[in-house]
Amino acid sequence: MSTVTIDKAGPTRKVKYGSMSRDRAWALRWSYFFLTLFAIFSLVPPIYMLITSLKSSAEISAATNPWWVFHPTLSNYIELLTSNQFLRFFWNSAWVSIIVVTITMLISVPAAFALSRMKFWGSATLATGVFLTYLVPDSLLFIPLFKMFAVIGDWTGIQLINKWYVLLFIYPTLTVPFCTWIMIGYFASIPKELDEAAIIDGASWFQTLTRIFIPVALPGLIAATIFAFTVSWAQYLYPLVFTTSTDQLVLPVGIITTLIKGDVFNWGQIMTGALLGAAPPLIIYAFLMDYYIAGLTAGATKG
Amino acid sequence: MADVVVQQGTVARTATRRRSGLQKALKRKSTAAFLMTLPLILLIACLVLYPALYSVHLATLNKSMARFVGFGNFEFLFKRDTFWLVVRQSCIFAISAVILKALIGFIVAHFVHNVPANKQRKWRGMLLVPWVIPPAMSTLAWLWLFDPSYSAFNYTLSFFGIGPIPWTGDAMWARFSVILVNVWYGAPFFMIMYLAALKSVPEQLYEAAAIDGANWWQRIWYVTLPMMRNIIAITTLFSLIVTFANFDIVRILTAGGPLDHTHIFATWAFRVGIEGSDIPLGASVSLFMVPILAVAAVFILRDVNKRGNEA
Repeated sequence: MSTVTIDKAGPTRKVKYGSMSRDRAWALRWSYFFLTLFAIFSLVPPIYMLITSLKSSAEISAATNPWWVFHPTLSNYIELLTSNQFLRFFWNSAWVSIIVVTITMLISVPAAFALSRMKFWGSATLATGVFLTYLVPDSLLFIPLFKMFAVIGDWTGIQLINKWYVLLFIYPTLTVPFCTWIMIGYFASIPKELDEAAIIDGASWFQTLTRIFIPVALPGLIAATIFAFTVSWAQYLYPLVFTTSTDQLVLPVGIITTLIKGDVFNWGQIMTGALLGAAPPLIIYAFLMDYYIAGLTAGATKG
Repeated sequence: MADVVVQQGTVARTATRRRSGLQKALKRKSTAAFLMTLPLILLIACLVLYPALYSVHLATLNKSMARFVGFGNFEFLFKRDTFWLVVRQSCIFAISAVILKALIGFIVAHFVHNVPANKQRKWRGMLLVPWVIPPAMSTLAWLWLFDPSYSAFNYTLSFFGIGPIPWTGDAMWARFSVILVNVWYGAPFFMIMYLAALKSVPEQLYEAAAIDGANWWQRIWYVTLPMMRNIIAITTLFSLIVTFANFDIVRILTAGGPLDHTHIFATWAFRVGIEGSDIPLGASVSLFMVPILAVAAVFILRDVNKRGNEA
């Protein structure tokens, strides 16, 4: 009866109490250390932009400590923000981006709705085609597109090359496929009962889209809008190819082609321009970070 | 009484049916769907599909675009040393940059994941900044950091007794610099994707692994990596496409120099096709990107569809 002995001593190895939490604390400290290193690596270029933009050209060429501003001045900002040329670049960029965002939304939201809800002949193929189009890079299409618009100009007499509004035709090739793709994902995640109820109540397809789908998928819509804006604001290759006159340039190309004169780099102004050019996306990102990240991660997944 | 009501209903319906065949067609599901996708179809057909085919046509013409030369442009390219330089540099650039981005992204995602949840937002926000700044703008900052005479990097390194480094002047250093800037720009994307994937791994799996006595390395190798496999594949392939087709960074940082040593397909196609106004040759150069892009795209599509089925 009493022969059964239960070994209650537990494991024989030496138990270090509190080792788990001590390990965690060290892991945490190392994490913070490396994260700080990576954060410095990430933030050095933008911070250096800011430092340089506050220096006068005399201080830049004096080769003092480049990481410190000894005589801070806003002269670079004042000079750029009062220069008609720079403001022109800014307006061109702003107009192009805003109109492209509008065009993109008008094309991609109805298309995504149709592709996710109204199964029709070839809809699955078209959805795949949209995704493949999104993978076609700008550097593959710029030469044929340039030639195409040149030929159109010869045939019809409508000269689109070297006009800022030619970009309104071209940027949607970058933004529409992506926005359609992520909107398909967002729309597909809406329960079917919701639009069935709307149809039973007598709503048309258009009403289902505007009254049900757009409000419910609003986060996705915001993410897509942010994406379309960022892409059109940052695009460099197409405006470089399609526009040359200084009054037709958008911001990235304008800064690079007008502030760099031959071998003379006016770094104070270039950095100021670059910072001002980076400001709109950064401001949007600062306020709408969660939507930004949602759009980023939705791109490679189905919803 | 009831019969009368029904009859009235049918009469009214036939009347509307007769009134407008067009309205009915518009109400039909497939017609409405077709009209809704029409702008998208037109855009893809006219501004993506047609130019892609057109560039194949362009590649078979001579410089003045008056005569058909077949594979003449390609034969010409194969005989030029610069072309092979570009092929080699494109592969070195894309492969090493993608591997570095994937590694750094994976490591940083782990560190962010380790940090308490309420502080993750702040770190994530800082680490994603490189991805948010337009690459053309941030590359200008790098160009200034690399500047040979007033360079901030060389100034800092001189304190450690490391002599002035020709960041963009020497072929090897220029290659290193363009990769460095590309890694700086692209690693945050990997970080965000991996972080999202890490968060989706159920905590129970790690607990089970810990109970079974798995150490830190085994937990990563047998739990984290298999769970993230699909996301890693999609992100890497996607980044391979974007990096391989990169233009902004190389164009602004080195413009292909010194002596064409950092040219990749996109920048060389621009140099030949737009600046050298030999459009057919430029089109032929950019067409060399297609095979690699196509292979990557096929694999991405496979993984994305698999992911869609899992969910």
